[in-house]
Amino acid sequence: MKTINITIDGIDTEIPKGMTVLEAARGLDIQIPTLCYLQGVNHSTSCRVCVVEVGPRLIASCTLIAEEGMQIRTNTKKVRDARRTSVELLLSDHERECLSCSRGGSCELQSVSNDLNIRQVSYVGEKSSQEKDYTSPAILRDAAKCILCGRCVGACGTLQTVHAIGFAGRGFDTVISTAFGRPLAESTCINCGQCIMACPVGALSEHENIGDVWNAIANPAKTVVVQTAPAVRVALGEEFGMPIGSRVTGKMVAALRRLGFDKVFDTNFGADLTIMEEGTELLNRLGSGQNLPLMTSCCPGWVKFVEHNFPNMLDHLSTCKSPHEMEGAMVKSYFAKKEGIAPEDIVVVSIMPCTAKKFESGRDELSGGGLSDVDWVLTTRELAAMIKEAGIDFANLKDEAFDNPFGEASGAGVIFGATGGVAEAALRTVFELTSGQELETVEYTAVRGMEGIKENVIELPGGKEIRTAVVHGLGNARKLMEAIERGEKSYDFMEVMACAGGCITGGGQPIHDARTVETVNIKAERAKGIYSEDEAQEIRKSHKNPQIQKLYAEFLGSPGGHKSHELLHTHYLVRSRF
Amino acid sequence: MKLLTDLDAIRTLAKGRLDNRRITGQTPESIQYRSVMVCGGTGCTSSDSNAIVDALNREIESLGIQNKAEVVRTGCFGLCELGPVVIVYPEGIFYSRVEVKDIPEIVEQHLLYGTPYEKRIYEQTKKDGELLNFEETDFYKKQVRIALRNCGTIDPEVIDEYIASDGYTALGKVIMTMTPGQVVDTVKRSGLRGRGGGGFNTGLKWEFAAKQEKTQKFIICNADEGDPGAFMDRSILEGNPHAVIEAMAIAGYAIGASQGFVYVRAEYPIAVQRLMKALDQARKYELLGDNVLGTGFKFDIDVRLGAGAFVCGEETALIHSIEGFRGMPTPKPPFPAVQGLWNEPTIINNVETLANIPQIILNGADWYASIGTEKSKGTKVFALGGKVVNTGLVEVPMGITLREVIFEIGGGIPNGKKFKAVQTGGPSGGCLTEEHLDCTIDFDTLTSLGSMMGSGGMIIMDEDTCMVDVARFYLDFTRDESCGKCTPCRIGTKRLLELLDKITEGKGTLADLDKMESLSLQIKNSSLCALGQTAPNPVLSTIKYFRDEYVAHITEQKCPAGVCKSLISYEIDAQLCKGCSLCARKCPTDAISGKPKEPYVIEKATCIKCGVCFDVCKFKAVMIV
Amino acid sequence: MEEQLTSGCGATAEADIDEKLEKIEAAIEQFRSIKGALIPVLHEVQDVYGYLPEKILQIVSRALNLPMSEIYGVASFYHFFSLTPKGDNIIRVCMGTACYIKGAQALLDRFSTELKVPVQGTTEDNKFTLEATRCLGACGLAPVLTIGEKVHGRLVPNNVPKILKEY
Repeated sequence: MKTINITIDGIDTEIPKGMTVLEAARGLDIQIPTLCYLQGVNHSTSCRVCVVEVGPRLIASCTLIAEEGMQIRTNTKKVRDARRTSVELLLSDHERECLSCSRGGSCELQSVSNDLNIRQVSYVGEKSSQEKDYTSPAILRDAAKCILCGRCVGACGTLQTVHAIGFAGRGFDTVISTAFGRPLAESTCINCGQCIMACPVGALSEHENIGDVWNAIANPAKTVVVQTAPAVRVALGEEFGMPIGSRVTGKMVAALRRLGFDKVFDTNFGADLTIMEEGTELLNRLGSGQNLPLMTSCCPGWVKFVEHNFPNMLDHLSTCKSPHEMEGAMVKSYFAKKEGIAPEDIVVVSIMPCTAKKFESGRDELSGGGLSDVDWVLTTRELAAMIKEAGIDFANLKDEAFDNPFGEASGAGVIFGATGGVAEAALRTVFELTSGQELETVEYTAVRGMEGIKENVIELPGGKEIRTAVVHGLGNARKLMEAIERGEKSYDFMEVMACAGGCITGGGQPIHDARTVETVNIKAERAKGIYSEDEAQEIRKSHKNPQIQKLYAEFLGSPGGHKSHELLHTHYLVRSRF
Repeated sequence: MKLLTDLDAIRTLAKGRLDNRRITGQTPESIQYRSVMVCGGTGCTSSDSNAIVDALNREIESLGIQNKAEVVRTGCFGLCELGPVVIVYPEGIFYSRVEVKDIPEIVEQHLLYGTPYEKRIYEQTKKDGELLNFEETDFYKKQVRIALRNCGTIDPEVIDEYIASDGYTALGKVIMTMTPGQVVDTVKRSGLRGRGGGGFNTGLKWEFAAKQEKTQKFIICNADEGDPGAFMDRSILEGNPHAVIEAMAIAGYAIGASQGFVYVRAEYPIAVQRLMKALDQARKYELLGDNVLGTGFKFDIDVRLGAGAFVCGEETALIHSIEGFRGMPTPKPPFPAVQGLWNEPTIINNVETLANIPQIILNGADWYASIGTEKSKGTKVFALGGKVVNTGLVEVPMGITLREVIFEIGGGIPNGKKFKAVQTGGPSGGCLTEEHLDCTIDFDTLTSLGSMMGSGGMIIMDEDTCMVDVARFYLDFTRDESCGKCTPCRIGTKRLLELLDKITEGKGTLADLDKMESLSLQIKNSSLCALGQTAPNPVLSTIKYFRDEYVAHITEQKCPAGVCKSLISYEIDAQLCKGCSLCARKCPTDAISGKPKEPYVIEKATCIKCGVCFDVCKFKAVMIV
Repeated sequence: MEEQLTSGCGATAEADIDEKLEKIEAAIEQFRSIKGALIPVLHEVQDVYGYLPEKILQIVSRALNLPMSEIYGVASFYHFFSLTPKGDNIIRVCMGTACYIKGAQALLDRFSTELKVPVQGTTEDNKFTLEATRCLGACGLAPVLTIGEKVHGRLVPNNVPKILKEY
């Protein structure tokens, strides 16, 4: 590796060629504040908060590639004044309702402002767009808080290739906007919430349903059932100061009981159920050779992405409802019957790492007998907020276990939370169902990991091959879909998760600041938690889950059977490209 | 295929025509053939010069004197104030403000009988009963035309005329006799600096790009002339488009690029049309294409229209605009010469810069370097405008004084008013005062005074101009044209404008003045691109040189020049008012009342200060107080 | 969406629409293979329709494979492009420095008063759109304005009513 020598604040240092000044300074424990910079997502240098002095000029350090002999000063009056002025100007055009802002305490503008000792804002004047867009069931936008850093645009466009939002207008009137300024709900937004994860301030947030859930809990006529997605348990702890990726399954269950939920179920059970149905569907399609590749449908962001962008490939999507929707449907049928509760008196709440699930739960297709399968979806962040509101000392809770009949799940269910997990879970089951043999090693490590597109050919006993593709991040998904359309690629099975790394980095997960995102491999840490939970399970294959076997025996009949089709499968809509 | 020898043949053929378009000093009687040059620049076309061309041709034909005169529609003569302008060679008779109805007499008297048509002759050329040729007038005599060469002497739509005027000789010379390195070196040694604003050494820029080991490189001609009040680039494209094409091909040869782009304002229809025509002609002659002059050198040019964004004058914004995106600047480094259009090495030169190149190649670096000052070589074209007698385009050697340009060439301030300030550099520049009039015009002097060369707008202001209002005008422009990307420019210019508004409304404080200065400094220091980095210059320079005017607005709530609406009011002078009631009838808010034949009165509470009464009063009875 | 453009209109209007569409399609064909095709195509749309109709932009979006949010971003960035239809006659008052110093603001104000529309506004009868424009480069004629192709120069506010009567 080629290295160069530079001097920062009088300290000589040797760094790899190609490194930015920001990174080099970090190496010397010099923290340069940033705001618009988000590695891999946004390199616009627009906020001007990270400027440093190089010769007579102030240059943004976030993208400045260090050159041999460069003399850099990060802490001069000129630098400090420039940074303070930029932040004060941003604050002069910012709705400063920090006390009641959802990002109070986790706002990067707030922390930069504090770090720079800004005690008063010298500038006052007209504020730019104050428009609020609360139309989407998943994502709220508040232009009054937007600082136009562009991180959301990078997340939506560059990463996800959804391009629901972009810069519009110019100068002081610049806004982040959908095409033609339409409400977000009428746009091509797929609700993944990656914009929220990228937003340094409170301009983007989830459409909160905390009040709705409190109301349901407070209603004595309702049985309120909660279920939690796999990825929540490896992230929730972060909201309470625990290390990134801490596994807090038991504490989470305990907290949910204390919040007042009548039953605490595990969506992993729904995941096992999904494998039974989807595995069967895959075998059927492999048999008929039709609608291959089978594309997973667990991810509502991905599903809506296909509906907007690849409407002629809707038949490829698995007709399976997503795990929490299946579980909701079972709660309002099997469970209701078993417990003798009228389905309309049951409220199903899903705790999800995801904002798109909020949209999904509102889809008309995902209901039975006029009742939605799932009534409310809360994100991991909203759950944390409720726990805090209830005064629960989360870190010191004793572990508790899920309720049955949907509390027992296999290791296959939990790995749904990470990229490759659905494919691996499906393969574990499909292998055994087709061969009748017991798998020796259950781990299909080839489908694991953070590579954007993972292609594998899995050989089943008897010589049959399943050509699989595992994709995460919609940018990668688009590439692959276009290749399939052009006939350059063909597969039997395709797992897609909209967010990079899978549900563990979903738009409803705890938000970390840009520096943490850059320096900690959050995906990997949370994935570790997921796979360790899998390993800790005695049962690691969906079809071996006794509760699943019981459900089929008592209620559903066989996978892919009539009742399954009625309750566990769905259909999709063609949506406009615009 | 056209080879160099073919060009020589064309040159010889067309040369005769061009020879007649010179002032020869022949006696009127001895003149056999006259060339009637009609300005076809935007200014004169706006005042109907096309109809004049038609009328001239019609009259000449009806008198059957086609053998005695030719009519040529040329590029801009520069003296736009007097347009439409017609010049007749070889005497060099200068007609101004010509109308179609004058044409029969001009044709009959002048072209048929040799007696110039008195009525439209430019006053300045009349001296002691004799007629001077136009080059002897104050406006022209100190000018040196290099970039504006051919503007006014050739028909820009006829490539043969450009070739006859030594056109494409320089291109032939570089391809046949020079290495790319020698071309770069020549341009470098000439000392030519970018005419678009930055003033960077052109040859050095070429050298950076030439050094890049890439097979794909680009040349971009920046013709997105955005400074309000500057129109030299447009005039060059209208009057001498082939010079720009030739220069781009030379640049392509020098740095190793085969593709050029001209990024030109869509608001310049005549320039675009002439440029397109010129490109077609050049391709037809194989002066562009896969085999330039039969040498195997490959170079072609595409035109891209700007779409109304001043910021696209900035190099990286321009590049992004050509790439099809919003014209938002990106940081430098990487500089375009290293990583530009589609990430390939790219040089961007402005029109005027390029127009100098063929002459530098033909006459040598030393020739060019001998003109101008030590650090600012050659000439500079200025667009004189505002409160000056001779509004128009002038090309002068660097090092000339402001006074010479404004008072000698420009003819001073009209209507007996007093000079107050001169603004150079457009929205990025600053305002200079009486005390600077004897300063020389060159890059470094202007910058040291808090203004800049910019692209060459030179706006003259008289005592009726309010300097706070001028600062507000420029800032309003930059605020409006800010791309909105970086914080200091997007919000800073807005806040600065709001402070200025406060002052022009009489609500400012002296503390605001300090705040404006410190905010200005921050915007300059930390903005992403040159637009923001220079936006506060008009504010800073007016505070520096006209602080008393700001103070008058603040402490006395008075606008000394009587411009700022909030600080003035309208009154009717009872002595002068004849009671005609016109003002009352025109007043949009019914703020004026009175009885016919008696003095009228303005009700201040309802007056919105629109000034209609002031404009319509035939007795000058409405006063600004 | 494209189909709707050619349906529901009278025969002549339909022919007109087809002709316009053909021009757009030709422009798309001409530029689609080059990089950075969007802005040249938008120029053509603006030229043919007088503004950028959303339905036409949908055609552009498909043909150039560009997301609509990006097209909207570009269209709303450049002042030359308009997303709303304009009046039959567009009055562009030059607000370049030379014109400003010579009273362009008063001229613009007078138009605004006479037409009873703000700057950038279109009159109720759709006859005029009033705009302030960047330097037209006809500084010798300052203050200057254009209505359609025609240039009016060396004006004072009192000329305004007479100019409007010409249209």
